[in-house]
Amino acid sequence: MADTVDVLIIGSGASGAAVAWSLAETKMRIVCLEQGDWMNPAEYPSTGRDWEARVHGDYATSPNIRARPTDYPINDDNSPIKVVNFNGVGGGTVMYTGHFPRLHPSDFRVRSLDGVADDWPVDYATLEPFFAENDRMMGVSGLAGDPAGPPRQPPMPPLPLGKTGTRWAQAMNTLGWHWWPSDTTLATQDYEGRARCINLGHCTPGCAQGAKASTDITYWPAAIRAGVELRTRCRVREITTNAEGMASGVVYYDAEGVERFQAAEVVILACNGVGTPRLLLNSASGRFPNGLANSSGLVGRNLMFHPYIQVYGYSDEPLDGNRGPPLCLWSKEFYETDPARDFVRGYMFQFNRGVGVINEAITSAADGRLPWGEDHHSAYRRLVHRRMSLSAVIEDLPEAHNRVTLDPVLKDGHGIPSPRIDYTVGENSRRMIAHGIARATEILHAAGAHDIGVQNPILYGGWHLLGTARMGTDPARSVVNEWGRSHDVRNLFIVDGSVFVTAGGVNPTSTIQALALYIADSMKRRLATLFD
Amino acid sequence: MSQTMPEMLSDEERRALACVAGLMIPASAEYGVPGADDDAILADMVASLGRDGPAVRAALARLDALAGGRFAGLAAPERAAVAARLRAEGGPAVATLNRVVLQCYYRDDRVLASLGIEPRAPFPKGHALEQGDWSLLEPVRRRGKLWRDAP
Ligand SMILES: Cc1cc2nc3c(=O)[nH]c(=O)nc-3n(C[C@H](O)[C@H](O)[C@H](O)COP(=O)(O)OP(=O)(O)OC[C@H]3O[C@@H](n4cnc5c(N)ncnc54)[C@H](O)[C@@H]3O)c2cc1C
Repeated sequence: MADTVDVLIIGSGASGAAVAWSLAETKMRIVCLEQGDWMNPAEYPSTGRDWEARVHGDYATSPNIRARPTDYPINDDNSPIKVVNFNGVGGGTVMYTGHFPRLHPSDFRVRSLDGVADDWPVDYATLEPFFAENDRMMGVSGLAGDPAGPPRQPPMPPLPLGKTGTRWAQAMNTLGWHWWPSDTTLATQDYEGRARCINLGHCTPGCAQGAKASTDITYWPAAIRAGVELRTRCRVREITTNAEGMASGVVYYDAEGVERFQAAEVVILACNGVGTPRLLLNSASGRFPNGLANSSGLVGRNLMFHPYIQVYGYSDEPLDGNRGPPLCLWSKEFYETDPARDFVRGYMFQFNRGVGVINEAITSAADGRLPWGEDHHSAYRRLVHRRMSLSAVIEDLPEAHNRVTLDPVLKDGHGIPSPRIDYTVGENSRRMIAHGIARATEILHAAGAHDIGVQNPILYGGWHLLGTARMGTDPARSVVNEWGRSHDVRNLFIVDGSVFVTAGGVNPTSTIQALALYIADSMKRRLATLFD
Repeated sequence: MSQTMPEMLSDEERRALACVAGLMIPASAEYGVPGADDDAILADMVASLGRDGPAVRAALARLDALAGGRFAGLAAPERAAVAARLRAEGGPAVATLNRVVLQCYYRDDRVLASLGIEPRAPFPKGHALEQGDWSLLEPVRRRGKLWRDAP
């Protein structure tokens, strides 16, 4: 295994899969190392009667609770938002909900337009063909014509409105506010070998039907057919460098726990906004004492999560509950900066369909809505399948003190230092949150909901891991250049959510993958001069 | 699947679990449902405890501590008072106990039937969802462009 490969990709998630597939056409020898396993959809929770219970166990979104041998623990005690992820072939896409908006053109120009943070070194127009290519590869359902974003042509029709969606739509029309059926990666028709969505309603912890586009069933089969080798249960400890200051390969532990070295001409990091800085910092050496690719000191800094708030209430009549994909509509009414508000930037609302019977019982018991004793049954019957909730995806600005470092004590099963998270919700975000809670409450009232409650922020809501190795043209103020190459190490690339300059106010995976395809394309165009 | 460790609870702990579960969710003739202390539901809880075992045992031990002896040995009114104190105290162990009881209760066939819900896994049958009326989008379409151009 020590023979040199052309390209070594670390991580097989959203971005790792996309970059592997795109580079495969070069016929280079490409190997991907992934610490997790292949998934078996027959074992996903929705195949069993204990489907709701398992999200508190082996399908918990927090790696600290899930604690599979393939997970690494994360010290997030000093953060009001806990990291959630998945470690396996497909990475976070195994567990994502498949909500698939794109960043807006204005999101790439926040300094020029709004005077905060930094502009990106790429723009929407450059990424547009890669967004479209990714939509085709992942299989996106949605509806063209949304006035709140540049034109798009989703290859499949949108998810049904259902009873809950209809309520939301009517409420938004009453208020005169924007709403639109969400772009999602849930196939509403049979698509490229994937079966259509049959409303299992339990999309997040893996789709047993295969209707949700996780990259283990989209990009990976195509990449492997094209010759890419994917090695599972291989956890990378560090990236090594040679006397020229170039990456020479990686040290990793294989499935048996044996330490191995894999030499490579090019190393691509796709470990997400927490896993990538962790690995760079753990690759410190005499040559790179502050961690690899870290001459700017920015590796691990500017972590952005999108603080999520959820506001909920109860309808008088039963709605869809969990009997369909949880996310169905979005609103961009408050997305773009409005100088009349006391914050810059904005947020998207995502509307939820409802929750399952056990989830309702547990959440309501925790909130004190569900009594013990005789009254339990009548109270529960006023709650079950009546919950309406919506979340605001708050754009948090990059702040250097929000960061990923190596924990001095905590280690994973191979003795590799765990990431430690230090994060606080910024002032601009707080104002935006207050605005979001007030507007969401108006929406719930317009929808006829009562008994309004708020979760601020959603505790286990650190699903978007962004900004910790950002891109830019200035090596003093960024970690990678405008096409993903490290400023310091010219054969090291980063393609995951770490490279985001700002977070936008939407779920990021569509943009992460478009960027990965764009970086792969930039590499292919420059093969002869890649390290110049 | 969660690990099964039926031997994790002693007989005393099982009795305490039955008592507190019955106080949380008693049987109801009005709704035609068993209580959470029903034998089958309790057996499900014990069999599926898995990684929740230590927290549940801690909560049950706390009940004994609050009771000043065996919680399950108290007379009914005292048991209710002790259980109420435990609930008021809260904490992670109590939250886990609560969750374990609720997640087994609300997957029991009889309980689901009383709620009009088919007792089955979501896969492979799925659910039917009405398409809805997409003409609701007309007012949104009429609003025109809502996003900013970027320089
Ligand atoms: C519960 C949940 C819901 C979500 N819902 C949405 C949604 O609706 N829409 C949306 O856009 N996004 C959603 N997300 C976020 C989405 O999953 C991520 O944005 C996306 O997966 C990130 O892609 P990535 O390529 O940056 O990293 P990931 O997909 O996280 O992939 C990283 C991979 O690297 C591997 N890895 C890490 N370190 C090492 C190492 N040292 N050695 C070997 N392998 C390693 C990991 O095992 C993992 O497989 C959700 C996430 C979660 C957890």
